[in-house]
Amino acid sequence: MVRDWRPGASQPALVARARMLEKTRRFFKRLEVLEVDTPLLAATAASDPHLDALSLETGNGVGYLQTSPEHALKRLVAAGSGPVYQLGKAFRAAENGNRHNHEFTMLEWYRPKFTLSKMIAETVDLLSALLGKRDVRKVSYRQLFESAFDFDPHRVSDRELQTVAQELAQRSVRDLDRDDLLNLLMAMKIEPNLGAGEFTVVTEWPASQAALAEVGRDKADNPVALRFEIYADGYELANGYDELRSAGALRRRYQQDCERRRALGKALPPLDTRLLDAMASGLPQCCGVAVGFDRLLMIQLGATSIDEVLAFSAARI
Amino acid sequence: MANYSTSEFRSGLKVMLDGEPCSILENEFVKPGKGQAFNRVRLRNLNSGRVWDRTFKSGESLEAADVMDTEMEYLYNDGEFYHFMDPNTFEQVQADLKAVADTGLWLKEQDKCTVTLYNGAPLSVTPANFVELEITETDPGLKGDTAQGGTKPATLSTGATVKVPLFINQGEIIKVDTRSGEYVSRVKS
Repeated sequence: MVRDWRPGASQPALVARARMLEKTRRFFKRLEVLEVDTPLLAATAASDPHLDALSLETGNGVGYLQTSPEHALKRLVAAGSGPVYQLGKAFRAAENGNRHNHEFTMLEWYRPKFTLSKMIAETVDLLSALLGKRDVRKVSYRQLFESAFDFDPHRVSDRELQTVAQELAQRSVRDLDRDDLLNLLMAMKIEPNLGAGEFTVVTEWPASQAALAEVGRDKADNPVALRFEIYADGYELANGYDELRSAGALRRRYQQDCERRRALGKALPPLDTRLLDAMASGLPQCCGVAVGFDRLLMIQLGATSIDEVLAFSAARI
Repeated sequence: MANYSTSEFRSGLKVMLDGEPCSILENEFVKPGKGQAFNRVRLRNLNSGRVWDRTFKSGESLEAADVMDTEMEYLYNDGEFYHFMDPNTFEQVQADLKAVADTGLWLKEQDKCTVTLYNGAPLSVTPANFVELEITETDPGLKGDTAQGGTKPATLSTGATVKVPLFINQGEIIKVDTRSGEYVSRVKS
């Protein structure tokens, strides 16, 4: 903890944040994407096994601070809002570090009738408007692992994956499942080198990491998530999906998440039946992207810690 | 002993890892996308001095190591052990050559230093940042040469050798920065 009443962000960093917020709003205004303001406190939360929402007693039952505005924005889109964005706070329990703060600023937007490649192009446009133009390189998740580890992440055996991860982490990895192992390799060996002086767009993620994205097939007929991530200077900046539309599939994924959460000894947030109803009533084909806004500022200012771009980070509250 | 979770790992925290007392040097929280969070931790093994890199799942914990930095007074060296005394409790401990290592070159009797105790026994000894020691051997001083650069080696009463300005004489007391091993100034007697 820092025993200092002063802000972590310098005056120029505070000004840079205000400017970037302005620029972002101008970007979406020009594209006629509607700014919306949905609740941060809701009766349910995302079920992703490794996302933990902060919960609190509302006086009328347990409420959860949203880990992203995804559910609310999809309900708006299903209700016919057209393209929408939200630029505001999100909360994730126990995520604090040089690049994480449990309360952070997230930009998320949805585009009905956009293909994933159109969504990638628009995300790159936004990042270029905020951070300056860079070369764009598209690479699949499989290509990344093939060049870093010489194996196909969709087909590699669990045993080989464990051997490589154990060597890298210098610890037993028996308590990690297949996705944890892939994430570990990604975090330690691949991510730090992504987006060096460019925007690297990573596509075709393992189907098991689809979250709320549709699943398709790659050229080698592996099931892959229709999901992309964009990296710059080793920072994960944007995460986009061709959004899952089937209410039945949402229910099945929620069950799977619950099984994994149970195995991890974590609480199970209730199923968001309103989102389920919205999808059952017909969510149009759409793409959505979430961007970690504070990290954009870190890159722009060359900050090494998120504390330098926040008025008061978790260490100062 | 208490346990510390990865979120409490701070530089300087002393923990047990693989049965060895370690000091945490760095702790980096990494979390790719929506995946499992990890902490990449760099630690120094206080027994061997080796630096270890380990990756933990966030939320894992390590047992605290019973390691304490205590300010003590250096008493004497009997050829095999260095003896120290806690000036508050008058309790004495003896440290072997391995624990004292190069610090022995800066230890003058009755000087204060920091003794790191592990389970009550000295693990390492750190000298004060600045010590004042007598020069026992150096070439004769050059009169008038107080401003120009230029240095010469000087041997101190503890056996350490430092570079001193040319005008410094044998028998004088000088102040030395033990972290860099560099001469700081002449001490007026």
